[in-house]
Amino acid sequence: MAEVLVLIGHIEGQIRKPGLELLTLARELGTPVAVCAGPGLDAEVIRTLARYGAHRVHLVESGELEDHPVGWVQVLADLAATAPQAVLLESTPEGREIAARLAVRLGSGVLTDAVDVRPGPEGPVVTQWAFAAGYEVTARVVTGVPVIAVKPNAVAPVPLAEEIEPEISRSGLDLDEASLRTHVVSRAVRHSTGRPQLTEAEVVVSGGRGLGGADHFELVERLADALGGAVGASRAAVDAGWYPHTHQVGQTGVTVSPQLYVALGISGAIQHRAGMQTSKTIVAVNKDREAPIFDLADHGVVGDLFSVVPQLLDEIARRRR
Amino acid sequence: MRIVVCVKHVPDMASDPGFTADHRVDRDGVQGRLSELDEHAVEQALRVLDAAPDTHLTYLTVGPAAAAEALRRALAMGGHAAVHVSDDAIAGSDAPATALVLAAALRRLEPDLVLCAMASTDGGTSLVPAMLAEHLALPQLTFAAELTVEPGTATVRIRRDGSRATEELRATLPAVVSVTDRTGEARYPSFKGIMAAKKKPLETWNLADLGVPADQVGAGAARTVVDAITARPPRTAGTALPDEGEGGLRLADFLSGQKFV
Repeated sequence: MAEVLVLIGHIEGQIRKPGLELLTLARELGTPVAVCAGPGLDAEVIRTLARYGAHRVHLVESGELEDHPVGWVQVLADLAATAPQAVLLESTPEGREIAARLAVRLGSGVLTDAVDVRPGPEGPVVTQWAFAAGYEVTARVVTGVPVIAVKPNAVAPVPLAEEIEPEISRSGLDLDEASLRTHVVSRAVRHSTGRPQLTEAEVVVSGGRGLGGADHFELVERLADALGGAVGASRAAVDAGWYPHTHQVGQTGVTVSPQLYVALGISGAIQHRAGMQTSKTIVAVNKDREAPIFDLADHGVVGDLFSVVPQLLDEIARRRR
Repeated sequence: MRIVVCVKHVPDMASDPGFTADHRVDRDGVQGRLSELDEHAVEQALRVLDAAPDTHLTYLTVGPAAAAEALRRALAMGGHAAVHVSDDAIAGSDAPATALVLAAALRRLEPDLVLCAMASTDGGTSLVPAMLAEHLALPQLTFAAELTVEPGTATVRIRRDGSRATEELRATLPAVVSVTDRTGEARYPSFKGIMAAKKKPLETWNLADLGVPADQVGAGAARTVVDAITARPPRTAGTALPDEGEGGLRLADFLSGQKFV
């Protein structure tokens, strides 16, 4: 079977869930090759990659990719000379800009925001959602090595039943002029809040304008913790400076698709709905019966979140006692 | 300094556009507009112009005749001139073909800085900015939440909220930059601006002007194909009950029933 190149992002050897999701998808398409670089890639990391299907782990021995991320285009273009079945990356800001540039360099077609990738008789078949997830689109790349950017949380990462011993390959890197001209000046790795990452969480609890202030986000955090979820925020709450932009759910923030989405004090503007309406179950608490969020909610409470949520928290605690 | 802002005329999402049988966006009876996210790129260019009045600002678009409306709208916000690349052969182009045409136009315009939005509001792939950078062998800074242009040192800096980290990135000019709506509120065109826009130069170029072979663009050159588009069933609203003192308990019942508690 032809190889499938998978770009694995990591922080100091900590492989995040989306990388394992990509490997899970890749092994249905062909033989996965995990491509990674940077410090911390020890034997344990390589074992993890193999457990999720990497038959080969390709280590790029260059410290320059940290400072010049556009250099990944060159790495993947060199590896793609062997005509792999596909190149898979994360559909994140970092992944998309590599996917776009790579597709031009390879003369390939590219698809972003994949929510599923399956093998087909004429190459990988990609499922996407269009127009605020109102439509489901199936598409294929018909020219060149398919470059496919997959949304985090598209599939559950599944380890292999048996361990495989991966092959290790290595290459150096001599960066081109254009890659060198984009520099990372500083990088503040998001400190762990102890909560799951927003895009990867099974449960997301979000707060909006109805919270009325930054201090009240504590209530959102408490419910998120009680449900083992991540914290989200509407654009209104972010614009008001109540919660960091990295938690914004919506068209210009993060798109989430958890098992459970809880909207607290969020009216449900189209901007917000575009980022969460594919959630499996939606629950909303809002004072305004006319709020559009109730058109999506499986269970809605029309009322004051400052009495409903504390009561819910007490009840969850009581039932778990 | 010369800035070119790439803009797109898109169907207004408020008018709920659908798809035609051949899998294109159905624009029939749908109002078009300057993509809302493009307004933030225009705004960032205008802020550079406000600070350095010797800046020359041009807008560039690819699209059918109606796309000129997007250019007029941007010109009404400010700036100097606009270029509309229009050719029947372009219809149905995918992101790579669109980037090919835009890049050819940019080679003629020779900007120091190319600004784009983070995405269009219709296709939404976010691919074109980095594709332009590759075609033109330029550095790229994408998804900027904050943008600083330093003409003196010919550098541009951005802050980007990535998936793992918040990064500050720097590139030397010329460069391609895409900006998010976090960069700041876009100004509203004044009446004076709208009147002035009508007199600003708007040139129309075709593929022959740019030396782009017609067989490299359009639906026939697309590197991806859509096999099917189906409308997803709309979510049906469940129950929305007024809180009569037990709203939190009922919610706990619901979450227990769904095995979340």
